[in-house]
Formats: sequence, C-alpha cells, structure tokens
Amino acid sequence: MASAAWESPQMVKGRGSRLSRAVIYGLLGFFAFVYLLPLVVMLLTSFKPLAEIYAGNMVALPRQWTVEPWVKAWEEVCVGLLCRGIKGYFWISVKMTFFAVLISTAVGAVNGYVLTKWRFRGANLLFGFLLFGCFIPFQIVLIPMAAVLGKMGLASSTTGLVLVHVVYGLAFTTLYFRNYYAVFPDELIKAAMIDGARFWSIFFRILLPNSGPIIAVTVIWQFTNIWNDFLFGASFSTGESAPMTVALNNVVNTSTGEREYNVHMAAAMIAALPTLMVYVFGGRYFLRGLMAGSVKG
Amino acid sequence: MASLELIGVKKRYGAQEILKGIDISVEAGEFLVLVGPSGCGKSTLLNIVAGLDSATEGDVRIGGRSVKEEHPSERDIAMVFQSYALYPNMTVRQNISFGMEMRKVPKPERERAVQEVAKLLQIDHLLARKPSQLSGGQRQRVAMGRALVRKPRIFLFDEPLSNLDAQLRVDMRTEIKKLHQRLGATIVYVTHDQIEAMTLASRIAVMRGGELQQLGTPAEVYSQPANAFVAGFMGSPRMNLAPARLVEYADGPALGLALEIQSGDRLKARIPLPAQPAAVRAYAGREIIAGVRAEAIGFGGGRLNGHRRAVEASVEIIEPTGADTLAVLLVGGREFTARLGPDFPLKPGERGEFHFDLSKLVFFDPRTEQRIA
Repeated sequence: MASAAWESPQMVKGRGSRLSRAVIYGLLGFFAFVYLLPLVVMLLTSFKPLAEIYAGNMVALPRQWTVEPWVKAWEEVCVGLLCRGIKGYFWISVKMTFFAVLISTAVGAVNGYVLTKWRFRGANLLFGFLLFGCFIPFQIVLIPMAAVLGKMGLASSTTGLVLVHVVYGLAFTTLYFRNYYAVFPDELIKAAMIDGARFWSIFFRILLPNSGPIIAVTVIWQFTNIWNDFLFGASFSTGESAPMTVALNNVVNTSTGEREYNVHMAAAMIAALPTLMVYVFGGRYFLRGLMAGSVKG
Repeated sequence: MASLELIGVKKRYGAQEILKGIDISVEAGEFLVLVGPSGCGKSTLLNIVAGLDSATEGDVRIGGRSVKEEHPSERDIAMVFQSYALYPNMTVRQNISFGMEMRKVPKPERERAVQEVAKLLQIDHLLARKPSQLSGGQRQRVAMGRALVRKPRIFLFDEPLSNLDAQLRVDMRTEIKKLHQRLGATIVYVTHDQIEAMTLASRIAVMRGGELQQLGTPAEVYSQPANAFVAGFMGSPRMNLAPARLVEYADGPALGLALEIQSGDRLKARIPLPAQPAAVRAYAGREIIAGVRAEAIGFGGGRLNGHRRAVEASVEIIEPTGADTLAVLLVGGREFTARLGPDFPLKPGERGEFHFDLSKLVFFDPRTEQRIA
C-alpha cells in the first residue's frame, strides 16, 4: 500500500518538491546509465568488425554493423582445442539447467508440502538441517562431492552436474515452498481429506494449482543460479561435457592469436541471454512471489 | 442420516488435556450445537468426529458402528468450515463435485447432483465462477452445497457463520434451520455464539475447559442451567448472578426464607421467597449465588403475589434496544440487568419499585457453582 500512497493525486506537494524531484530523477538516471553501460558496450562491440574495435573508441556506434561475430561465436570459435563454436556447450547448459531446475523444484515442493501439512515428529529439526544447507559455501562441498560422483560413476557427465545442482538447490527450494505452504490454509487440506482426496491428489489438485507465484520464484532462482554456475561446472566436467559458463571462460582466456573481442562479447551475450529472458518475462512473478505470504490479504 | 455417539472421548496433547472425557449421544435427525468460549475443546471434538483429529481415549460411533479407525473420507460425513475452505483454483461447479470426483462417481451423475443442490441453494447462476468472484454469503452457500451434494450421514458445521456480517448471519441462520427441517439431517454444529446455539439447536451441549457442562434442550439450558457458568454464558443479556445470603424469615404464621443481598456497606435488600424445595432450604443461613433472568424483572403493572415481589432499586444505566429497554439496576449494591418495556419512564439515578418473578429464581452453591435443586 505504501506505493499507492506515495503519489496519490490528493497528496499535498510541499514547496521545493519540484527541485527535489529533479534531483531524485537525475540521480536515478545517472545510476541507471552506470548500470547499463557495460551491457551497451558489450552489445556495440559484438556488432563491430574487429578492425573497428582496435581503431576506435568503445562506446561509439559501429560504423559497419555485422552479425559475423555472433555467427562465429555460435558456430566456429575455438573452445580449448576444438573449434566448433559454443553451440554444443550451450545445449549442455540447457539440458543441465532444465533437468536440475525441474527436479529440484519438484522435490522442494513435495518437501514443503510434507513439512507443513503432514507434520511428523522431528519435522522442525529436519527442516533446520535442510536450512543449514543454504549456508554451506560451494567450495566446502567440492572434494566430497567429487568423491561421491566418482563412486557413482557420474564424474564428468551432465547427469552428475544435474545431481550436484539438485542436491545443492534442495535447501533453497524446500525453504521457499515450506514458507509458502506454511501460510496455506489447513482448512483446505481438511476439506479435501473429507472429500476423499489422499496425499498425492491433495498435492496435485489443491496445493500445486495454487502455487503459481512460489513456483515462479523457485524456477527463476534455480535457473539463474544453475545457468550461471561456474565452479561446479569447472570442477565436475571436462572438455566437451562442460557447460556454457566454463566454455565461455575457455574461449575468452585463450592466449594464442589476436583477441577477438567482438566474438568474445557475442559469446558472453549468448551465455547471458537465457537469464536475461527469464527476468524479462518472469520478473513480475518473481516480485509477486517474494511478496506473497509476507503481507496478509 | 445416522445417529452419533461419543463415548468417553479424551484428547491430550502431551501433558495438556484438551478434552476430559466427553459423553454425548445424538439421535438421527437431531441438531446438536456444541457451544462454549474459545479454547473449550468444541472444535477439537468436532475434528475428532470428522476424523481430522484422533481421540486419545474413547470411541466415536456413527450409526452404531465405531468409526475410530476410519479415514475422514470413509466416515460418510460432510463438513462446512469457518473459512468456507473453497478450493480457490476451481470453479463453483468443480468445488461442489470434487468429492464425487474423488469417489469416482460418473460425470453425468455428478452434473445432475450439482444441478440439484445448486437449485436448492439458489446458486445455479454461479456455477462457472471462481470463489474469489463470490460474496461472503455466496461462498457460504457454495460451502454448504459441497457438503449437501454427497448426502452424508452427518453434517458437521465449524462456526460457519462467524465470518459473515450481522445481517447476513441472521439470514443464513434461518436458512440452515430451514434446511435442517427440510432434509431432517443429523447435524453437529460448533459455535461460540449462544444465540446461534439457542435458535438452531434441538439440543445444546455447553462446554468449558474440555468438560461438558450441560447437555439439554435450549429451554432446559436456558431456564434450568446446570451451574453458574452455563447460567452466565447462555442468554443475552446473561443471567444476573448475585452472591446473596439465604436467611430464615417469619412470613406471617409460617417460617419462610428470604434472600439478603448486600455488597459492602450498601443498603441491604431483603426479598422474601416463595416456598422452596428441601435442597434449597438446607442452605438456610448460608451464602449462595442467586440467579435471575433479565426478563423476570419487571416494572409497574402486573399483580403482586407469592411469586412476584416488589423490590426497591435504583437505576444505573439504561440501554434502549428498540423492542425493549435494558436497565441496569442496583439491588443491595449488586447490579441486575432487567429487560423492560420500551416506554420505561425512569432515568438513571432515580429509584423505583421493580417486580421480581421469583418462580424463575435459581440458586447455585458458591463453592461448587452447581445448581441447587
């Protein structure tokens, strides 16, 4: 409600409000510009021929627009020793992210459901332990995780990476769903029980259809984290099984030949696009979901 | 439609005893209202009947058969919740037919049952809507429709009217009563509102602190309350309860009893009583609690006799309600609320002579608070 009251037509605007407003918008504009500048430079650079980059200034518009760098990044840039572009790694990332997000979100939803609506002895303790998982830094689990993956025969495989991300993400997804379901009215569950619904039909018919906002939050959160992850990808994959982020690093950090900044920028843009898209299309659900449950009504 | 028996039902959460052994039997077609202040265990008891909660001890029988081990859906009951508990993602039609769908009733049959109930409750024009598009009263109807459609053996209502505004509550109360008369269904109804209890029930179970205080018809509970708690809880305004002293009093040739009411050093009021049963006479010379309903105190008119005595009182506060006027009187320094005619002439601060109908007088033991009878 605070936002509605902020600029109601009836609000009395005191003297000097015009000036302070100008200052506020000026500052906002400045910071928006600072934030957007790197993106603009990346985009401009990715559409310039290489010669222009070495000759001219970074923020200038391309004199000659070209999509060549994008095609090259996708099809033929060298990743390590292989020069087949980043497309293969992009699809590995898509596959990995899709399954890891799907599984961790689904299991998190069931966890939240059980922890709130089918409470058992020790449920809070278990939840406490799960929460603990949110505070464990990535680095700590690297070596034990490598050992586990090795024993399971999943080392250097996309399946292994999916498993790692699911396990690591469960703490967060469970937390989200538990808190959302904690304020979900128990009377609905009771009504469904009397209507003859059991464990799974209550979950699929009553709870899940009313979980839109929190599913959006969880998917966005997991998608961003998993897609952008570098450490797990770099640690548990090799060569051609690497995800996009690792491949991008290998493209940019080559020490041979002249640096193709335009191709690097295009590759980085390709790597960043999916998360950008998720925010553009899912952002409002994200905000709505984060607010859900925090305010009643 | 079926009978319901609760036999020695106890519920404990750890060391805390929520229900301390409840025995109630409800005949088929009866309308039982469980009433009591919040925390008295009435909702827990209802949940135990529904199977949403389990009794620590005791048995629940529906139609003579124990249902203690049965899942809520197998008990053939339906429940209307305080929040209505309509599934927000489903339309009214889906809400009403969800239970039948779960029981794998074929679709044409479901649709026929939905139509029938919708017509009965006059919600047939709302079937395609979502609960969020309905008003409070409409949601209430849909919740009832969901219960009615399955034709269960017992209906359970958990404070179904407390979320409605005052006017709608009165209307829905009448509708529920009509529905009960038309269907002849067995109903167990939980409320904290004693007016709802009085108007709806064929029998009332008054509860407090996990114990059954009294089980009886509305008339019994109203005029012969089992103890001071029931007397104070039922009725609006509540029954006047005043600590008093029962003294022997020479009334002509016979020796009678009189009631002495005095608070602190205020002027003592002495009211001679008509003949009393032996149990009351045994309290002669001792402290008791006297209970008298507001409508048993009148002003002017009517003839005095052995049961109607004149009592001097001063008027403290006057609350006109339209149909009648409630006046708070001071008798022997104690407050008594009287229900008087709308044309009551006295003003606050004035004294007058009021008539007490002593045939309606009840007495309670000051220690046990049980009625002396």
